[in-house]
Amino acid sequence: MNNGQSSEDVLKDLTSSEYKYGFTTDVETDIIPKGLNEDVVRLISAKKQEPDWMLQFRLEAYRYWRQQPVPQWGHVKVDPIDYDNISFYAAPRKKAAAGDVDPEILKTFDKLGIPLHERDMLLGKTTGTELSAVEASSTMAVDAIVDSASQKTTYRDKLAELGIIFCSFGEAVREYPDLVRKYLGKVVPVRDNYYSALNSAVFSDGSFVYIPKGVRCPMELASYFRINSSGTGQFERTLIIADEEAYVSYLEGCTAPMRDENQLHAAVVEIYVHERAEVKYSTVQNWYPGDKFGKGGVYNLVTKRALCAGDFSKVSWTQVETGSAITWKYPSCVLKGDNSQGEFYSVAVTNNYQEADTGTKMIHIGRNTRSRIISKGISAGHSQNSYRGMVKVLPGAEGVRNYTQCDSLLLSKTCGAHTFPIMDIQNPTAIIEHEATTSKINEDQLFYCQQRGIKEEDAVSLIVGGYAKEVVQKLPMEFAVEAQKLLSLSIENSVG
Amino acid sequence: MSLLEIHNLHASAAGKEILRGIDLTINPGEVHAVMGPNGAGKSTLSAILTGNPQYEVTQGEILYKGRNLLEMKPEERAWEGIFLSFQYPVEIPGVSMVNFMRTAVNAQREYRGLPALTATEFLRLMREKRAVVQLDNKLANRSVNEGFSGGEKKRNEIFQMAILEPTLSILDETDSGLDVDALRIVSEGVNRLKSAERSSIVITHYQKLLEYVQPQFVHIVYRGRIVKSGGPELGDRIFAEGFDWVKQEFEG
Repeated sequence: MNNGQSSEDVLKDLTSSEYKYGFTTDVETDIIPKGLNEDVVRLISAKKQEPDWMLQFRLEAYRYWRQQPVPQWGHVKVDPIDYDNISFYAAPRKKAAAGDVDPEILKTFDKLGIPLHERDMLLGKTTGTELSAVEASSTMAVDAIVDSASQKTTYRDKLAELGIIFCSFGEAVREYPDLVRKYLGKVVPVRDNYYSALNSAVFSDGSFVYIPKGVRCPMELASYFRINSSGTGQFERTLIIADEEAYVSYLEGCTAPMRDENQLHAAVVEIYVHERAEVKYSTVQNWYPGDKFGKGGVYNLVTKRALCAGDFSKVSWTQVETGSAITWKYPSCVLKGDNSQGEFYSVAVTNNYQEADTGTKMIHIGRNTRSRIISKGISAGHSQNSYRGMVKVLPGAEGVRNYTQCDSLLLSKTCGAHTFPIMDIQNPTAIIEHEATTSKINEDQLFYCQQRGIKEEDAVSLIVGGYAKEVVQKLPMEFAVEAQKLLSLSIENSVG
Repeated sequence: MSLLEIHNLHASAAGKEILRGIDLTINPGEVHAVMGPNGAGKSTLSAILTGNPQYEVTQGEILYKGRNLLEMKPEERAWEGIFLSFQYPVEIPGVSMVNFMRTAVNAQREYRGLPALTATEFLRLMREKRAVVQLDNKLANRSVNEGFSGGEKKRNEIFQMAILEPTLSILDETDSGLDVDALRIVSEGVNRLKSAERSSIVITHYQKLLEYVQPQFVHIVYRGRIVKSGGPELGDRIFAEGFDWVKQEFEG
């Protein structure tokens, strides 16, 4: 199937249904006692040597969160989370000299295929499934985050020459407080929802990106999130600002060890886009999904939102979601600037007892704003897969266009696919299109492949890969190849 | 040893019996034409030979290279050299012909203990075989059968056959819907594969294809049985007189 990869490798990949990233790294970890109260919030802030305004931001969020009921509207069954049984801060203790990364952590990222050496490349390696996938050779800057702390951000200096800031959130708070203060909470307010309030109170690390006026970021920026410690959650915070006419493509990848417990991941991502600027945000989410009986796995409860503040600004979300026991996220676009554009491309795969409730919100405020939603759900095993989307057009938004397509593919008789589209159109000039399909894996297609000698298992991943291609091809090359492989792995042994 | 032996084959689809006792033996190097009115069971025969799960064998046996064919999975039959040119080729959106065929070729090579073809080797093979059926390069880069015209789909089937070089090829009405030029190209594709080891079953309604590929044996299927077998002259009589006389002879 692949060029340099022998067929035995492919076979091994396809038959080992173990989660590949489930190992743990043995590093000494600074972990605070379990539980959440104001003292814990103060402790986190102190550990990160934050200024007082940051602490006040956290405390306000914490006090609000404490009064809120747990939201119940998602089509997912979240077991009550015992916040007293989670440690809200865990960071690998630095063994190496300042500026260097612990060799164990380096090994971990090496194993995960993420380069922490500059000039190394996150290549498609030998995994290209398409002949056309020429060896990608672009460089990528990486911010590597383990549990609550950023370990290393590569290419910082080179990017700084262009005025680009790419660093951990913690460093940004210390080094660029004015920028952080100006934008933090402006796209996702503290009180937006239960989990955004929780995140605002206890967030640990994440990435900060600022692209100055007129600058096109010359390389992909990537954050790689890894939960390592048990009994912890990860609460990362990402803030991306694209100033006028700036451009950046940002990638995010996530994995976690296999554990019997459910681990909580409640992130907030904010993107602020100025006039004529463009941000592409791609996610390959592969948190541990739990075992085949539904035990363990990460609860992925995430708020992601972009504000197209300026005229002619553009945001594009692409996500391939294969992991997590529960996924609850709706990367959204607030299209405030006139002629601004929002896009959402999603493939969500659920197998075994996974549950995903994901989609997007497109809020059209400005005139002639356009949005496009392509959602592909793939459900297998006993999983539940829901698309939930909202297209809202405010009264002042003249000439809005939206196109929504949501497709569901069912691979088993015991899984569920659901669609919850909401349209709230308050301006009669809007042109809104919505298409939806639900299908089973086509037996004729399967047989056609098998008749040519392709094994059933490989035929399924070929067909599913084709189904998801429209979305996967929106990913940068390096990620697209990984995503294709992940798709195959996630659905193995799933037809029935 | 014969390549294929079918004994008293009964088969049904969706609970309805379609084949009611087929007997047929094919030796290496032979070309057999199978004719018959619509609904006689011709396509069911090809589906059974290739292991289509939508059909069920209720009685009888099939030996292929001396092995019990009915115990083999569809892909295993393909690895052992059985190829079906589908009457209705299936579209697979988002899967390029290149990716599809490379996966197929390398799966078959793996079974035969051969190393996988590299990208370059495979592209060379595709280029060479594309010329055989005069298939446009653009089609090879498109998704499997998606947006292909009827004729292009049929040529694409023969293109795949040329690449896979099967031992037993079954052409299920590959000629229907083809214009004269396309028919000639398809026939040339079939004839190129002829050898002392390879055999074909050609299911057809039309005389033209038989003129090109010249089968040694012609069988008439009617109501799920082979009711008449003969040489090329049997085909000639069908084209001259139709099937009515067969039906009368069979029922009378």
